[in-house]
Amino acid sequence: MSETTILTDIFRWLPFVLWGFALNILMSILAIMLGTAAGVFLGFGQISHVRLIGRISRLATQLFRNAPWLVLLFYCIFLMPYSFTVSGVTYNVPSWLRATLGFSVPVAANFSEIVRGAIGSIPKGQWEAAEVLGYTRTVTLFRIILPQCVTRMLPPWMNLYALLITATPLASIVGVDEALARTQAAVQSEVQPGFLIPMYLTLLTMFFLYAYPISRVSAALERRFQTV
Amino acid sequence: MRSATQDGALVSLRGVRKAFGSIEVLRGVDLNVAKGQVVAIIGPSGSGKSTILRTINGLTPVDHGVITVGDITVTDPRVDKVALRHRVGMVFQQYNLFPHKTVLENVAMAPIQVLGEPRRQVEERAKDLLAGMRLPEKALSYPGELSGGQQQRVAIARALCMQPEVILFDEVTAALDPEMVKEVLSAVRKVAEDGMTCILVTHEMRFAREAANRIYFTDKGVIVEQGEPKAFFENPRDPRTIEFLDKVL
Repeated sequence: MSETTILTDIFRWLPFVLWGFALNILMSILAIMLGTAAGVFLGFGQISHVRLIGRISRLATQLFRNAPWLVLLFYCIFLMPYSFTVSGVTYNVPSWLRATLGFSVPVAANFSEIVRGAIGSIPKGQWEAAEVLGYTRTVTLFRIILPQCVTRMLPPWMNLYALLITATPLASIVGVDEALARTQAAVQSEVQPGFLIPMYLTLLTMFFLYAYPISRVSAALERRFQTV
Repeated sequence: MRSATQDGALVSLRGVRKAFGSIEVLRGVDLNVAKGQVVAIIGPSGSGKSTILRTINGLTPVDHGVITVGDITVTDPRVDKVALRHRVGMVFQQYNLFPHKTVLENVAMAPIQVLGEPRRQVEERAKDLLAGMRLPEKALSYPGELSGGQQQRVAIARALCMQPEVILFDEVTAALDPEMVKEVLSAVRKVAEDGMTCILVTHEMRFAREAANRIYFTDKGVIVEQGEPKAFFENPRDPRTIEFLDKVL
């Protein structure tokens, strides 16, 4: 009797939470895109022969990679302007967007390491062979080294994304109305005591169903590329 | 115009010194290679043989001395790198083919992309070179599908396709299984017999003796002895050469 009411209650709340989850997905996709783009530059910076660029890139990478995601999130939320004005029109930066930027910082640092590691895993002989054929360092990087890196970077990149999506509920702490915040709202507005655990279980299942296939595919890719 | 060209040498090293940290790898090396000559550099491990080779095309910058290839001064900091790479080819111990490119692409890509030569013409030449290396049917394979010996022959074709004036062979058979050494050596020999100037670092004494016009023996960063193969192997004079040849022959 009470089980069926719990189930109907969950179903009643499900669309509400799912819309929140859509925001988690949106934040994660934007953050992985931004973080990957920035991470590529940081990664290139790490292997730069210009000493200053190399040093700054390595410092930034290590700093943001070894900081708690939540702390970076707080920094981005509170350091970024709440609104900005372009030619007389004022735009508000919604908190979810600021949180997205906050997530993209650790993503960038982690991807920077993935890029550096992948480039470093290519034998030195490849660089020398290209050099002997007259290729410059930059052209070698893009034409010869990076094409060989893509398959090596893909599995860790997908793992990073799986980590990222599971980290997005942190945004609820800084007031973003995503899946966890909505689940909490649902739990608080239902009086029956048996509702809390199944509701959180529902949220857990949501994340699991989304993230698990990604890590499976990533593991499969890893196995496949290993044999080649 | 320069002393190197005056005495007819295509490649010339004068007083070349190189240290890695506190370790002196080259301690004053002089070497002349005339056009069309085949020179073998032999000597114990760590004697600086490979370093000599790598200084000739600027892969390893030197601390002192002058290196010229034709009218190019390799040791000039403003050296035209592309012109140098065009003139000096190199084949490595580990082949170093590009695994994501087909055999034909490996051979043809640099003349097209670096030297800006027309694709069709380069690919024709690449196919001829692969045929010359007895690999005509492998043009569309990937390096990973080839044996070590076949990969090394592709690497030789790749070096030839740049139409260099001299090719450096850096222990090109050292990473090969014994049964493949022969096919690669005969490929090197063919390149030499076609008139290419060759400088080879090798552990294959018999090959050095048969294929080279001149042998240089290095020990501890200096050239200890040099000569015609026959005289060098039959009447070595320096005690270090005698000791080395005793060990390896």
